[in-house]
Amino acid sequence: MKKIFRLLSIAALVLNFGACNSSNESTTAESKEVVAKSGGQEAVQDDVSQKDVVKIAVGSKDHTTLVAALKQAEYVDDLSNAGPFTVFAPTNDAFNKLPAGTVEGLMKDDKKADLQNILEYHVAVGVYKTENMHDGQKINMANLGDITLSVKDGKVMVNGVANIIASIPAANGIIHVVDAVLLPPAKN
Amino acid sequence: MRSFIKTLLLFSAAISIVWLQGCKPKGTQSAVSGDAAAKVYVAPGKYDEFYSFTSGGFSGQMSVYGIPSGRLLRVIPVFSVDPEKGYGYSEETKPMLNTSHGFVPWDDLHHIALSETDGIQDGRWVFGNGNNTPRIARIDLRTFRTAEIIEIPNSGGNHSSPFITENSEYVVAGTRFSIPMDNSNGDVPINTYKSNFKGTVSFISVDKTTGNMNIAFQILMPGVNFDLARAGKGKSHGWMFFSCYNSERANTLLEVNASQKDKDFIVAVNWKKAEEYLKAGKGKKQSVKYAHNTYNEKKHSATSVIETEVTVLDSKELADMVYLMPCPKSPHGCDTDPTGEYIVGSGKLAAMIPVFSFTKMLQAIANKTFEGEYEGIPVLKYDAVLHGEVKKPGLGPLHTEFDDKGFAYTSFFVSSEIVKWNVKTLEVVDRVPTYYSIGHLSVPGGPTKKPWGKYVIAYNKITKDRYLPTGPELAQSAQLYSIEGDKMKLLLDFPTIGEPHYAEAIPAELIMKNSQKIYKIEENQNPFAALGDKYARVERQGNEVHVYMTSIRSHFTPDNIEGVKMGDIVYFHVTNLEQDWDVPHGFAVKGANNAELLIMPGETQTLAWKPERIGIFPFYCTDFCSALHQEMQGYIRVSPAGSNVAISFGTGKTDSTAIAAK
Repeated sequence: MKKIFRLLSIAALVLNFGACNSSNESTTAESKEVVAKSGGQEAVQDDVSQKDVVKIAVGSKDHTTLVAALKQAEYVDDLSNAGPFTVFAPTNDAFNKLPAGTVEGLMKDDKKADLQNILEYHVAVGVYKTENMHDGQKINMANLGDITLSVKDGKVMVNGVANIIASIPAANGIIHVVDAVLLPPAKN
Repeated sequence: MRSFIKTLLLFSAAISIVWLQGCKPKGTQSAVSGDAAAKVYVAPGKYDEFYSFTSGGFSGQMSVYGIPSGRLLRVIPVFSVDPEKGYGYSEETKPMLNTSHGFVPWDDLHHIALSETDGIQDGRWVFGNGNNTPRIARIDLRTFRTAEIIEIPNSGGNHSSPFITENSEYVVAGTRFSIPMDNSNGDVPINTYKSNFKGTVSFISVDKTTGNMNIAFQILMPGVNFDLARAGKGKSHGWMFFSCYNSERANTLLEVNASQKDKDFIVAVNWKKAEEYLKAGKGKKQSVKYAHNTYNEKKHSATSVIETEVTVLDSKELADMVYLMPCPKSPHGCDTDPTGEYIVGSGKLAAMIPVFSFTKMLQAIANKTFEGEYEGIPVLKYDAVLHGEVKKPGLGPLHTEFDDKGFAYTSFFVSSEIVKWNVKTLEVVDRVPTYYSIGHLSVPGGPTKKPWGKYVIAYNKITKDRYLPTGPELAQSAQLYSIEGDKMKLLLDFPTIGEPHYAEAIPAELIMKNSQKIYKIEENQNPFAALGDKYARVERQGNEVHVYMTSIRSHFTPDNIEGVKMGDIVYFHVTNLEQDWDVPHGFAVKGANNAELLIMPGETQTLAWKPERIGIFPFYCTDFCSALHQEMQGYIRVSPAGSNVAISFGTGKTDSTAIAAK
């Protein structure tokens, strides 16, 4: 248990410092003491409180692509804040189902706006629990686009493409793990 | 050797600090520039440039800070009792907290409105709203004391308030919770919300000379949740804009159910038109109950009157008075720019800011460019009233203030930042992070026709690691930024009282010149005053014992009191005879179940005391007044119920017999 915990905090450190890899690789645990603060709460030293949506995603081996994308889109800060957020979190397999090269393309600096748009389409402000979801329900996402839910036999599907395969409550909201990436409809 | 290792460690720590700063441009350390300390340093004995009147949120009070130092100058008791000042405990101040529900010793003070003349802050009064038991308070800025509190009937909670018009004609009160109207049967199933629950917005007139408030009229509205408001100014003077959410009219799990529609509304009220209807007798008298409490500075006491009638104008029946502008995503802030042309809506769940044009709104009304009706009120077409949208400014816009150079500053709760943008071109020009999760923000003069600029202050909802930890509950953080240059610069963090929602800052010279130093003793009309030691006395009226007491450095008259019996109620009416600035006297008696008194020079205040045992009870001055403060004390003797000890009292008698009462 302790080991997992340690791994998690190292992962969190990597996330915090990720942007700096190029300048220095030799980050050690000591530098935890001198973490510079950013706009969000991700740098707050707190191993006691329930984990927020970012920390949960960071701790999941199935969400490394999502975490990398959040980092590239600079949404780690935002999602560490009070929220509350509902995050539809595609697994690595979900990202792998996209046409080859899609993820790599979105991770380029000049595609940051597109990446942000896609990620915002996975985040709603508010806590939407599956037990309160109903067939045909629309939820307006952070990018202002709607998703549509369908509910059959207690299973929830998003936009007819992504199944909610697990739901994890977080300190600042809830994560619904989905098996497909949601693509925002073209803007009108 | 050991010191070498230590040096090495320090050196590497220094390197990592430098390195971290280098790669984290948003970091606090790099955000605070080298001259920040000098910019907020107010030398001992020097004054701050601005007063900032800051709401206390759930403390129910209002606090006053100096800006730029962030020094706390005073906490003004408003809606909550304050044992420190005897507010709500003294007989004179208890009526201030009376309501139609009886004595309510607490409220949730959300927003601040400084009085204005021609759209410019005039430094006479500051208003605050009580969100829980709907009320508005007026504080007199000569004395920094609550002068008046008026309760709002037909309201479920007064959030959209006080928000003042440009000549202080009105402060407003929009109900946060719609409810069945006070004169209807409220005993209805909650799920009949859509048919039985209504909203109101109230216009409370403010007397030009005295500041006295009066509910001029209420407008009956659909059963939505009113959130915030701003008056039009300049060209839009005569209009008031209210944001509302829950146009779905949900009555449960609003978190989900009030976020269904793409757009809610900004409600534009033509209050000049409403005045015409009122004059023409179109209002309906409704029987209601609300308290109206005023503090008389000459009598040093408050009176509470229960009013029983209000005039209601129906938005459904009276044309050209109310229009709706669609606003995306549960709008929160609704702020008008200094020219009065632009109305900034902030959809708190949206990632953009819609800016409406007053000119376009008038055109759309003239051309009847409506997309339909909502509950009988015309809904203007979004595109027809829109000046433009600030695109991708951040997540969760809440509130906007303005500077003197044509820029707007919007707070973003979800993305925890202040974003500066050009009001005309709608371009984002700068952004700074806040630590953490900003709610309101304040630019001195920011909501008026004449912003003073210079600073923006963030009022953050979450503090976490910003200060030394104090257990689970932490002080709320305010953050001061310079806005003098192109880029906002963080200067200072300072903790606050309660949870500030809004604050308004005003140049110090507009207030300090009027600040009162003493109450003139010859003007003291408190019926229980003793205007000199020779008037000090003790009188029995049935089981009431009235002690007419004086205090002056460094004794009370009388200071030995006998003849009180079990079953009596003792009223200590204490007059502070001092006529010297900053020399209050306190009064406290052992076993009192209420609080102390804190009596200003020239003032009279009364503490009621019901002895619950026989014996001798000391009383003393609580406010360090002089070198002999510690000698400023006395005794009161309590005898059994049937005792024949007569009333007697005195000060300075060395023999054991005090002066007998007449």
